Formats: sequence, structure tokens, C-alpha cells
Amino acid sequence: MIAYIIRRTLYAIPILIGVNLITFTLFFVVNSPDDMARLHLGVKRVTPEAIDKWKQERGYDKPLLYNEGAAGAGRITDTIFYEKSARLFVLDFGQSDEGRAIGEDIRERMWPSLAIAIPALLIGLLVNITFALLLAFFRATYIDLWGVVALVIMMSVSTLFYIIGGQYLIGKLMSLVPISGYDDGGLNAIRFLILPVLIGVIGGVGSGTRWYRTIFLEEMGKDYVRTARAKGLSELKVLFRHVLKNAMIPILTGVVVVIPTLFMGSLLLESFFGVPGLGSYTIDAIRNQDFAVVRAMVFLGSLLYILGLLLTDISYTLVDPRIRLS
Amino acid sequence: MPLIRTQAWWFRPALIIFITLLLLWIGFANSGVKVVILATDALLGLLLAGLLFLVAYIRQRPDLLDPWQQVSKRRIPVAAGVILLTYAVIALIDSVHFRVPLENAGHGDKVHYSVEVSSLLDKVLQQLRTQEESTYSAPFAIQLYSKEMIEQADGQMVRDYPRLKYGGAHLQHADERTADIIRLTLVGSIKGVLLWSGLLIIVLVVRRRTTGTTTKQVWQALWHDPSTRMLRTALVTFLVVLLLASVAMQLADVYHIFGTSKVGQDVFYQAVKSIRTGLIIGTLTTLVMLPFAILMGIAAGYFRGWIDDVIQYIYTTLNSIPGVLLIAAAILSIQVYISNNPDIFETAADRADLRLLALVLILGVTSWTGLCRLLRGEALKIREMEYIQAAKAFGVSPFKVLGRHILPNVLHIVLIIVVLDFSGLVLAEAVLSYVGVGVDPSTISWGNMINSARLEMAREPLVWWSLLAAFCFMFALVLAANLFADAVRDAFDPRMRVS
Repeated sequence: MIAYIIRRTLYAIPILIGVNLITFTLFFVVNSPDDMARLHLGVKRVTPEAIDKWKQERGYDKPLLYNEGAAGAGRITDTIFYEKSARLFVLDFGQSDEGRAIGEDIRERMWPSLAIAIPALLIGLLVNITFALLLAFFRATYIDLWGVVALVIMMSVSTLFYIIGGQYLIGKLMSLVPISGYDDGGLNAIRFLILPVLIGVIGGVGSGTRWYRTIFLEEMGKDYVRTARAKGLSELKVLFRHVLKNAMIPILTGVVVVIPTLFMGSLLLESFFGVPGLGSYTIDAIRNQDFAVVRAMVFLGSLLYILGLLLTDISYTLVDPRIRLS
Repeated sequence: MPLIRTQAWWFRPALIIFITLLLLWIGFANSGVKVVILATDALLGLLLAGLLFLVAYIRQRPDLLDPWQQVSKRRIPVAAGVILLTYAVIALIDSVHFRVPLENAGHGDKVHYSVEVSSLLDKVLQQLRTQEESTYSAPFAIQLYSKEMIEQADGQMVRDYPRLKYGGAHLQHADERTADIIRLTLVGSIKGVLLWSGLLIIVLVVRRRTTGTTTKQVWQALWHDPSTRMLRTALVTFLVVLLLASVAMQLADVYHIFGTSKVGQDVFYQAVKSIRTGLIIGTLTTLVMLPFAILMGIAAGYFRGWIDDVIQYIYTTLNSIPGVLLIAAAILSIQVYISNNPDIFETAADRADLRLLALVLILGVTSWTGLCRLLRGEALKIREMEYIQAAKAFGVSPFKVLGRHILPNVLHIVLIIVVLDFSGLVLAEAVLSYVGVGVDPSTISWGNMINSARLEMAREPLVWWSLLAAFCFMFALVLAANLFADAVRDAFDPRMRVS
């Protein structure tokens, strides 16, 4: 087991190097730092001096990969690649183009993201599984048929409509909860969290329930279910005791994969509801063209994704003793 | 053995239609306007050609044809297909671009063309495009949505809602509006029914010739025979589509049926123009990713060894970058490039088109990995089959094995994935435009409409019609695509067919 984890971790390294190279190419090779400076300074203020100053302040004035001017190890370390990309490996995110420490921002903004993402995930899971079990119980009846139709309809609505509609209906028209904003302290924070969590759940019901229904139906076609019925178990018992338990394997592994990425927050929910989490951080960075932050978030996202894959494999062995990692 | 050897009954009519369209296009190209072929237009043409080729190919592969026949026997996918077809036709009409010559700009013999690139659809919707008000107005309104100072006949200045320049301008009085709308709806419906009757007559005539029976028999078969269910469903859906379209066009002539936007542009026009953007993203993305996904997927599965390792490494790496962020990174880079090289673009449309193309390409890069992995798994299975072993033993070259034996046997997976991906891509466009890494802000798209609607919803009094229009058009397309995709998957996936 431990050997497997170590091997998987080692396997992650080339992937992260690949991710790093891709972002490095996109940000520094396709466009030179001069181009970035010009974009940031705007047309009016572009002078060679201003560009140099902008680059120097942010450390973009160094050579890309190899510094001939420096001595010794400085030839490698005193370059943009080392300073901006290689350092990400030790989670040193450096400074944003606006001069703030990215690492600190991330630590601070992680919590609001989790405050929305975790309840949304748990409630969503509960709701989706309940609905899916219901549809599976009534399979091949009109309830199932129309239920699936409703799910397809729900799937066909863009998340943006759920958010805008929900904000308007619940926040503005009924004034039940604040439309947007965030509060750190205790119970008061819940008022701000209800709506984003609710909309996060509703937006996911369509595809989630349908996916779980397929899993349940697939399980119900298996032999052990027939055996359970043959020995006289009621349909409900079959469903809860046998099907649900076995279906938990694909469901769980599907959930474990997304757990680490919960840190990244939801781009849309956070930015619409004005939550100061990592999702809105990313969107702001993209809108302000803060390349340093986008680079950091790309790396962080990949890291968390790979972590999710590793956790999935481990959780497989935990829930399903038939699987042995080798 | 030729790849396609079909001389079916539809082959000649299809060829005639194709040649007519080609001749029309050539005539159009010589009519004085300057035809502009944007990169996405060209790719769309390529896609269309590929699609025709695919249809011809599928017709001679019973294993691929059978699932499609299953699909065509069910009502929902046929109706959804008709709606998708309608969208596709609108998008295609909107993809014939040209620049009109300017009338009195001629110094010497050289003709100057307008910098504005318009499309055939713009020509059709000429009125909608040009009838701009000064700012917001509600659907079917005859007055603006905000008060302005108006000079009355006696010279007095009054602060009131001014009448619109075009919306309901033919009405004397606001009271006449309801009656007028009812009248126009009726006229529109009658036109729609007439158009549909034309279609019906064509179908009857064609069927009479092909089946060799009398008109009455054909008519009865059309409405009662189980074998014509597909045709029947399609005809009824066409009736609905034609009714909606002709009523909308009739009303849009004199009203803004979805109101006007902040700058006074007709929202209905915007929603219709967005169709092309949405479809381009949904289809071209697939087109650009398919070659990579197919080639790499089956190569990885078939060759195994280091080729497999390298390909797996590539797609795991790409897959591990969060999609939105990779797209954002790429689009930001493109943006820097575009803003630093303003002179390589002849028109604003060229620039917007490059951004659209970039978006399609990068979406392709992020979305090919899933298909690639599936194909790799399938190729791993197929390579152990006896017929592959036999081919190898005969000394067939590996690439021939890939093309002749493996590719045709994974084609059903490709078809399912392509159809399934479409609706997700259309939805992604809206989200990306909201994030600011979608299409160019000057490109009309549902994403941009929703994006602007966000501020309008916070406005007092509220402006809701942009959102409504984007919702209706997008929902119809995505729902149709989802229903269609479901049916296709069920038909191709025998495991699902049982339940």
C-alpha cells in the first residue's frame, strides 16, 4: 500500500512538470513579458522605460531559461523559469502582478470556498441519491419516465440561469436572504451561504440524479439482486441493503475525485454571490489579466486533481476489498 | 474496394441540390459583393462535407446504420432532430459572409467595400438589424423604457416615455396594440400553414413517385402506417417550427418581440444571431479534436509500449489542468497577441473570428482527453481479436490495421461521444463568456447576452427580456440536443437498450 502511494506520488511529478511547462509556454513564450507589460500599461502610457520598470518590479526582466550574465548556479536560478515556474513545486506562489503575496491570499480565501463547496457537495449527494433511489424504485413506470424527462430539462438549463433566477426570485423578490455578500462570523454567515448552496445543489440535480440512477439500474440488473429477490426480500430491502451498498462503490469514487478540488471553489457561484473565495479570486485574476495568479491557480488545480486521483484509488481498496493495489 | 459505393434513390436529388447551392453561391459571389470566407466558415463547410461523407459511409455499414434506424423509429429524437436541423440551417445561412460595395467611394476604378461584414442571415433579417431604437424597450412595447424630454406639438416640453421609432410605429393609439398583435399572429399562422402545406405537397409527390401508389394511398399511409412514423413526426414538428417562425417574423416586422437592448438593438435579432456562435462552438470543437483523439487513442491502445506511455502522459497532463483555467490561460495569451498585432486583421469581424477560432481550438484541446481514453481502452480490447491477429500474420502494415480494422470498429464510440458532447459545449460557451474568456465581446452570443443581463437584472426597473430571449433559444437547442443524444446513446449501447 505504502509502496503504491509512493510510486503514484512519484508518477505525479512528471505530470506536474508537464503542467508547468504548458503554462510557462503559454505565458512567457507565446507572448514575451514585453507584450504583457504593454497590455497592462495601456496604449497611452507605453514607453520603453515604463515597460522596463513594470518588468523589473515583477521580476520579468530576467532571461527565460538560461542567464548567461550570472555566475554559478545563478545561471539557472536567476531566470524567469526558475523564479516563476519552478518555485511552484515547493508551493511558493510568489507575488501577484499587483504585488500581493499569492500564498497568503490562497490560505485566506480557501475557507469561504469550503464553506460553500462542502455543504453543497453533501446536500447535493443526499438529494441526488434520494431522487435516484426513488426513480430506481419506480423504474419503468410513468414516475420514472417523467422523472427522467424532468431531469433532462433541468440539465438543459445553464447554471447561469439558475444563479440569476435564484438571486432574483429568492433574494430580490421574496427578500428571504441577502442577494450577495459574505460574513465571517458564526450564525450570521449562514444567511449568506443558504442561497449559493441551494443553487449549487439545484444546478447539479439534473445530471447528478441521472448519473446515480444509471448506476442503480446497472446494479439492479446483476445476479445478486435476483438472488436477494428470490429469497423473498422486499423490494425496499433489496434496494437499501444490497443495491445501495454496492452502488456506493462507483458513487464514492466519483465523489472522492472532486474532494480536493473543492478548495478551488466554484467560479460562478462565488463570483455571482460576492463570496471572497478562491473561485472569485480566479475569476478576478482572469478579468484583470493577472497572469501570476492564473499561473498559480493552474498549478494548484492540477496538484489537487492529481491528489484526487490518488485518493480515489486508495478509497477503492477501502470500500471494495476485492481490489488490491499492486 | 471503394469506401463509398452507393447509388440510393436520394443520391441524385442530393447531388442536384448540392450543385444548385454551389451555382447559387457562385452567382452570389459574382453579384458585386465581396465574399468573405472567415476561418470558421471554411471549417463549417469542411464539417458539412465530412458529415455528408459520413452519412454515405454509414449507409453501407449495417452495424452503424441499424442504431440510427432505431433512433428514427422513436418520436422524441426525430422531433429533436428537426429542431436541431432548423438551428443548423439558420447557422449555415449566417455563415455566408460578404462585404457590400460602398456606393460613392470610388476614386477611379477600384471598388471599396464596407468594413462591415454581413451575412446572408443579416440580409434576411435586414429590418430587424437596422430598426434600432435609442435604448431599452420592453417586448411589444411602443414606447421606450425610460422617460425623456419630449417636445409636444404646441412647443411644450414634457417628460414622458417617448414613442419608439420603429416598434409599433404604425399604430395611432396604444389601445390598438392587442388587436393588431392578434391580427398579425393570425396572418403569420396562415402563412406558416401555407408554407407547411407546400412542404407536405412535395413530400406527397415524392412518396407517390417512389412508392408507385395513388395520392390517396400515400396520404393514408402517411398518417396511419407505422412505417411512416418518422416522416409523420418530422412533419408535425416542422409544422410547429414553421408556425413559430412565421408568426415571429410577422410580428418582428413591426414590433420588437423580445424588446431592445441597452443600445437599442433588437434582442430577437441578437438571439437568432447567437445561434451560429453556439453551433460553431458545439460542432467545430469536435471537428478539431476528433483527428487527435482518434489517432492517439487507437495508436496508444494498439501499439502499447512507449507510444502508449507518451500518449497517456500527454492526456493525463492536459486533463489535470482545470479546464476553465487552461482555456483562460490560452485565451489571455491570444488576447495579448491580438491587442499587440492590430494590423493583421482586415475587419473587426476577422478579429472576432480569430478569437472564436482560438476558443474552439482550445476547447478542443481540453475536451479530447475523455474520448482518447475511451478509444485507447477499446483498442486494447480489439487488438487481441482474431481478425487483427490474422491481419498481422498476413503482414498487413500497422497503419493499415489501424485504418481498416480498428478505426471502423470504434466508430460507434466516436459517434456517441460527439453527440453527447455537443450540449455541454453550447452551455460552456455561456459560462466562458461570463468569465471573460469566451467569445469576443463584439460577437453576438448567448453568453454575452446573459452577461449583460446580469447587470440588467440588478437594474431598477428591471430589464428581463435579454435573459428571457437567451434562455428560450439556448434551452430549446440544448434540450433538443440532450434528447437526441440520449436516444443515440441508447441505440448504440446495447446494455441500455434492454431497460
